[in-house]
Amino acid sequence: MQPNIPASAAPPTLQVRNLRTHFFTRAGVVPAVNDVSLNVGRGKVLGLVGESGSGKTVTGFSIMRLVDEPGRIVGGEILFGGRDLAKASEEEMRQLRGNRVAMIFQDPMMTLNPVLRIDTQMIETMQAHRKISHEDARQRARDTLGMVGIPSPDERLKSYPHQFSGGMRQRVAIAIALLHEPELIVADEPTTALDVTIQGQILAEVQKLAATTGTSIIWITHDLSVVAGLADDIAVMYAGEIAEYGAVDDVLDHPLHPYTHGLLGSVPSRNKRGQPLLQIPGMTPSLLNLPAGCPFRTRCPRAAEVCVQSPPMAEILPAHEARCFRPHLENAGVAA
Amino acid sequence: MSATVEAPVAFARGADAEKLIEVVGVSRRFAKRLDFAGKIAAKLGAPLRDEVVHAVDKVDLTIRRGEVVGLVGESGCGKSTLGRMVAGIMPPSDGAILWKGQDRTGLHGKEARAAMLQAQMIFQDPMSSLNPRLKVAEIIGEAPLFHGLTTRAGFSAYVDEQMRRAGLDPAFKARYPHQFSGGQRQRIGIARALAVQPEFLVCDESVAALDVSIQAQVLNLFMRLRQELNLTYLFISHDLGVVEHLSDRVVIMYLGRVVEEAPTETVFARANHPYTQSLLSAVPKIEARKKAFATVKGEIPSPLNPPAGCHFHPRCPHAFDRCRVEIPALQEVAPGHRSRCHLNDLPNHGGQPV
Amino acid sequence: MSATTAGDAPVAKAPRVETPFRRFVSEFFESKIATGALVVFSVIVLVAIFAPLISPQNPYDLAQLDIMDGRLEPGSRNGADTMTYWLGTDDQGRDMLSGIMYGLRISLIVGAGSAIAAALVGASLGMLAAYAGGRTDTVIMRLVDLQLSFPTILSALMILAFLGKGIMNVVLALIVVEWAYYARTVRGTALVERRREYIEAAQCLALPTRRIIFRHLLPNCMPPLIVVGTIQIARAIALEATLSFLGLGVPITEPSLGLLIANGYEYMLSGKYWISFYPGIALLVTIVSINLVGDHLRDVLNPRLKK
Repeated sequence: MQPNIPASAAPPTLQVRNLRTHFFTRAGVVPAVNDVSLNVGRGKVLGLVGESGSGKTVTGFSIMRLVDEPGRIVGGEILFGGRDLAKASEEEMRQLRGNRVAMIFQDPMMTLNPVLRIDTQMIETMQAHRKISHEDARQRARDTLGMVGIPSPDERLKSYPHQFSGGMRQRVAIAIALLHEPELIVADEPTTALDVTIQGQILAEVQKLAATTGTSIIWITHDLSVVAGLADDIAVMYAGEIAEYGAVDDVLDHPLHPYTHGLLGSVPSRNKRGQPLLQIPGMTPSLLNLPAGCPFRTRCPRAAEVCVQSPPMAEILPAHEARCFRPHLENAGVAA
Repeated sequence: MSATVEAPVAFARGADAEKLIEVVGVSRRFAKRLDFAGKIAAKLGAPLRDEVVHAVDKVDLTIRRGEVVGLVGESGCGKSTLGRMVAGIMPPSDGAILWKGQDRTGLHGKEARAAMLQAQMIFQDPMSSLNPRLKVAEIIGEAPLFHGLTTRAGFSAYVDEQMRRAGLDPAFKARYPHQFSGGQRQRIGIARALAVQPEFLVCDESVAALDVSIQAQVLNLFMRLRQELNLTYLFISHDLGVVEHLSDRVVIMYLGRVVEEAPTETVFARANHPYTQSLLSAVPKIEARKKAFATVKGEIPSPLNPPAGCHFHPRCPHAFDRCRVEIPALQEVAPGHRSRCHLNDLPNHGGQPV
Repeated sequence: MSATTAGDAPVAKAPRVETPFRRFVSEFFESKIATGALVVFSVIVLVAIFAPLISPQNPYDLAQLDIMDGRLEPGSRNGADTMTYWLGTDDQGRDMLSGIMYGLRISLIVGAGSAIAAALVGASLGMLAAYAGGRTDTVIMRLVDLQLSFPTILSALMILAFLGKGIMNVVLALIVVEWAYYARTVRGTALVERRREYIEAAQCLALPTRRIIFRHLLPNCMPPLIVVGTIQIARAIALEATLSFLGLGVPITEPSLGLLIANGYEYMLSGKYWISFYPGIALLVTIVSINLVGDHLRDVLNPRLKK
């Protein structure tokens, strides 16, 4: 492998271009995902970070084409494996899902069927997508369970989902996602409901998998510290838009967008003990009633007159984009 | 912009301040007894028996006036149960909870009610902790009016004051809980608790359900109120970062038992118990980039069937024979620093982890 | 600038306060079928209430009935040529239209009366079972099981055979066979609501148990109670009709819908369909409209069915 390959040389596994997903509710049109563009390279982990209502989960669901009525993808492209998933037929998506792209949910029971044994579920999943003998499928299921760190996988294959603890259930869901060695996994807050020590175990497994299998991962979370340890790139979402996008070190060490800046300041362990936390004032605006221009403007300490215009996504520093007219350039140690 | 944040909170509360709460040998068991059909089935040889969970097992804990004690643990460790017993809404199965040296179980009527009000609780779920059918003013003002802390005439002004103190706009007092955001609902819960003028707050995962930026606002509010009202806190959380930031002293529980207790700096700098150490190493940190996540092996055992001896021994990297049979005692390893680990009895160990 | 209130948050426009009740009302009227059913049911209730004012005849006043007018076809004039029997007459010469209007009165009073009384009894016992737990709970719930395992019509028949006929006895019988539904529903809801943190908060605020039950717990158990109540009114009306049809219900001089149907039953095959038919339609429309309202109430009030 050559070092320093320019990003354009190897086409990324997934390219999302100007994705827009809107929900057509009784109260009005909710722009849950608004002009989102991102790339995930082969074997890379992208951390998609945001608070509730930021659109991070809807972005993930849009990529999987799992957005339900009244939501609809109204614009943009989702380029994966040479085609545009935004325009793929339902049949094509069924073929892709669980095969070349897979999803892991916060609640593993979204994936698991409570009344079927684990082996039945795993073997059926495999046989649905390719011709494989029962024995081979069983072998593969066993190997995959071992791969995600489930002890004595032979015995565990015969168990029902309720016989597993929450952490183990999530591992089984991850194993099912891995069965077909997908090129892309979208993981929606898979460790949020788990205890710290169990979360640590799963993150360690995921880290190993990303490094060994070349699977690309979009890791959706509200927790900056999880993506800090896991991801290569970070996209910070706010009110349906990507506020800041770049490599982990760039975004976390030199945040450009005042929202990222505030978010990092809100993390207790980054503040001196007992000192007031740096807080972002106010609350996330309703997507139905966004302020004109920059959606963060009403909470932003750096807001100025120019912010009533919508800021474009701009590459403010090399490979480090932000949607802001007045970014924190002083943090980056560069003159504006 | 929101109100400017206040000057740093002074943390130097004397270790010799008055003992506000003493938890003495408190246990709480939850029993699931077999019903009639179950008993018959058991007689006929079905593998059924009464199930008893030792949610809290002989816990001792002292909270001094003005202190913030952080109570940390993973699911099933009994931290919420302990918090509810300290708040007085759940009676212990064994042991006593002393309030300023006095056992409150003997109190009746007005005295018992006054004692209850001294300790209030802030809950985890900002929605289910508010009665959805009452207006905010009723939620906040009901108890003070009932207990005579305010009058009908002064009701409105009293509620306004409580709302303002918790950072809520009194203009919204005629609204219902569903019309507020999560952070605002949590503020309503705080205003409700403070409206009965307590000295002590039990916060049970009070910021766990909030977004990071809102969580920071609520934590700042807790710190400000502590200063203004000289409050004492038992702060229950699974989030070590939050506990580290807020607490003077940290108590760590595992499967119903306290495994370590020390001043906050000590816990984060020189954790003694192997469980505390693994917990600390498992916490993701923003500074730790592309780090290999440290792993504690094994799962948290079911509280229905905890391991013998030291509960942590199946997952402990240092476990030896004694750990499998004998429950270690919670003993002092340094002034103000107690730990429940047999390693401390080994020669040449010097109270430090191997 | 407008005057700003205290606090630093920008004061949002204060719209009409959206109470849980208003939200519920607006959601209810989204369904056209349920709205229609409610309108129909309201008309039925109004007709029943104002029956003495609008009915052509008092069917219970035997002096107004002329046996010579018996079993006249719909649209016939009476003997004295003073009125038209729009829906015909029964074998006593009773105007069917008036009979139906008065019959609705009896059916609705019996249905609603027994449902409300059964709700009071059942809800209190259910709430007691949920809050007291232990032996009290076991005793009450076994009683409920016993009641529910017995065919409703059979227990009602036995009670009436024991007590004898009469409106009050019918109501009593219906209360005895129906309270169990309410008790079970309320206990289930109360057990769930009891575990909510707002109940713990009320305990922590040292509010007395009575106040917690009536001010905090009970109002939050109302939605399922209302749904069961609506459906049970319809059931009670049907049950009363059945009992009267079997001759164990209301007295023959003051016929309810069920008794009217029974009276016409023997003439059905001789072509005089109207004596049973029109009361049957009235009964059907009443029960269906109540059930439609009840079904939709359940959809609106059940948070699990909400998106």
